[in-house]
Amino acid sequence: MGNGFVVPAIVAVTLVTLVIGFYGLRLARTTSDFLVASRAVSPTWNAAAIGGEYLSAASFLGIAGLILKYGVDVLWYPVGFAAGYLALLLFVAAPLRRSGAFTLPDFCELRLGSRRLRTLATVFVIFIGWLYLVPQLQGAGLTLATVAGAPYPVGALLVAAVVTANVALGGMRAVTFVQAFQYWLKLTALAVPAIFLMLQWQADARPAVTPPDGPAFRTATTVVVEQRAALTFADGTIRQVRPGDELTFAAGDPVPEVSGVADGADWLLPSAAGDDDRGLFATYSLILATFLGTMGLPHVLVRFYTNPDGAAARRTTLVVLGLVGAFYLLPTLYGVLGRIYTPQLLVTGQTDAVVLLLPDAALGGGTTGRLLAALVAAGAFAAFLSTSSGLLTSVAGVVSTDVLGRGSVRGFRLATVIAGGVPAVLALNLSGLDVSQVVGLAFAVAASSFCPLLVLGIWWRGLTDLGAAAGVLAGGGAAIGAVLVTVLGPPLSGWPATLIAQPAAWTVPLAFTVMVAVSMATRHRMPADVGATMLRLHAPEALRL
Amino acid sequence: MTADEQVPAPRAPQPRPRTRIVLAEVSRPHDRTDRTRAELAQQTRVGDALVRGLVRAQLSLALRLSLVVLIGLGGLPWLFAIAPTVGRVTVLGVNLPWLLLGVVSFPFLIAVGWAYVRLAERNEQDFTDLVQRPEH
Repeated sequence: MGNGFVVPAIVAVTLVTLVIGFYGLRLARTTSDFLVASRAVSPTWNAAAIGGEYLSAASFLGIAGLILKYGVDVLWYPVGFAAGYLALLLFVAAPLRRSGAFTLPDFCELRLGSRRLRTLATVFVIFIGWLYLVPQLQGAGLTLATVAGAPYPVGALLVAAVVTANVALGGMRAVTFVQAFQYWLKLTALAVPAIFLMLQWQADARPAVTPPDGPAFRTATTVVVEQRAALTFADGTIRQVRPGDELTFAAGDPVPEVSGVADGADWLLPSAAGDDDRGLFATYSLILATFLGTMGLPHVLVRFYTNPDGAAARRTTLVVLGLVGAFYLLPTLYGVLGRIYTPQLLVTGQTDAVVLLLPDAALGGGTTGRLLAALVAAGAFAAFLSTSSGLLTSVAGVVSTDVLGRGSVRGFRLATVIAGGVPAVLALNLSGLDVSQVVGLAFAVAASSFCPLLVLGIWWRGLTDLGAAAGVLAGGGAAIGAVLVTVLGPPLSGWPATLIAQPAAWTVPLAFTVMVAVSMATRHRMPADVGATMLRLHAPEALRL
Repeated sequence: MTADEQVPAPRAPQPRPRTRIVLAEVSRPHDRTDRTRAELAQQTRVGDALVRGLVRAQLSLALRLSLVVLIGLGGLPWLFAIAPTVGRVTVLGVNLPWLLLGVVSFPFLIAVGWAYVRLAERNEQDFTDLVQRPEH
């Protein structure tokens, strides 16, 4: 690439993260400071921090790449990622804050009084946390490889080390400031180049996104294939390509059709009934996973404890919805313009790199283009750092209290090192997984385990510990099974492939059904203090009961 | 997680070594309790009915607004699937599905959220008024 601005930009982001972390370290004194920032974080800071933590590699890089590749059908990813906060607001935010639970296992014990259920929830928190951490580290490795030519392990290990040190030394108060800073950095890093890209598009006389003759290369391009595919050229010849193959195209040459990539009308228009029912099923499954999965992500819930009361938790969530919604307007633009300016990514298969490569490609390699490319790379790094910090804080919190059984600051630091080390090792050994797909599966597991537990626990008196455990095991277990088959199993086709790749549409109803049915069968186990718990969850704090 | 542990004073000069983290809030019955509050706190039949009423009001509000989203957003894939011509309609040169999903859906979600916050706070205010109403 040879862009001299990229490495300094990434180093600057990393240093600023560490400096703000250190600044926070001087403020952090006691265990309660470390874990919940003493609940003295203002709603605006808190909302920006939640947004910063939430917008991960999948949001920053993955969505634009998916839109470039598949078109309108994957717009449900950004919509669902934002709508997840609405579901959280409607069903969970205020009661969860009032419950006083700091983590999901806390909520289980508080509501149902069962140590065993707490252990089960701990296992799921750690699984979801690691499942979500691995793609962040992988994204970091791929980004550094794409923009700076560094070997893959460098980026992954760099992010893992910075984040582990920051969380272990600063705790959550530091992380709150870091996250809030990173939300604004990420928004800027996509918004500023987007303005330049739109101006460039105007200056180029608004080239059509889907020209009638199919997309064409704007400049002479040499493409090095990175994924096996079948290319169909304009004259009808079909060529199988393997990783490492080099293809040369002249300016104006049409882009060959690539197997597995949506083209023309497929890209522009939603899947229609009849020809592809599996597409419709996958769409609804994705909607269900993202709408309901957000509330079950461990790093999202921890943040709610830093609100002073239930009403503040609601208002914070609404601000988050606004911040996240504003951000998600941008990746679509990158995916669409990528169709015009970086069609070679469709051939190489590296569609996740579209956000990183588009500024340089569209603006023609001048200083402006290179500066914007560096800004985008810095934003991508902010995305890896912030999401991994949030995940690591929550996984380490659970490990220190529930696995190590110690609540001291030293225990938390030890837990952080353990919680950060495992995904780092996994990320080094699993480099072939697709970032967006793994993130989608993490949402599916969360939606089929913690979502029913939280919603029924908050709104239904009849929930019992056995019912909750059975539902989590059935729904979450099925979703985890789907993850394992996707990661380790043989490639599937047809309906089994759809059911395994997008499991939420059957695992979420399964979890709810089992949870309700087993709870009704074990009515006698309903906690005796359920009335008091309900009062505490739903009564406004102003009453001071 | 026991209720008798104290929340540590923030930033005590010399924090004593702690063995457990207080993860749940301590909830103590407050001194200033009038009769309705006592009924709530002691789970009498009246207090229980009050809480059930609040929970029901908040849940039905959340479900009604979910239904709005379910129809407004969840209906779209189905609509596009059974009426493919809708997808070909262009507004300002952009196909309708792109505009609806990529732009309009976000303000829509925020509007629903804003309505929920207002209405949920009103439900809580009604509940507070009911509890704090002077007894006759």
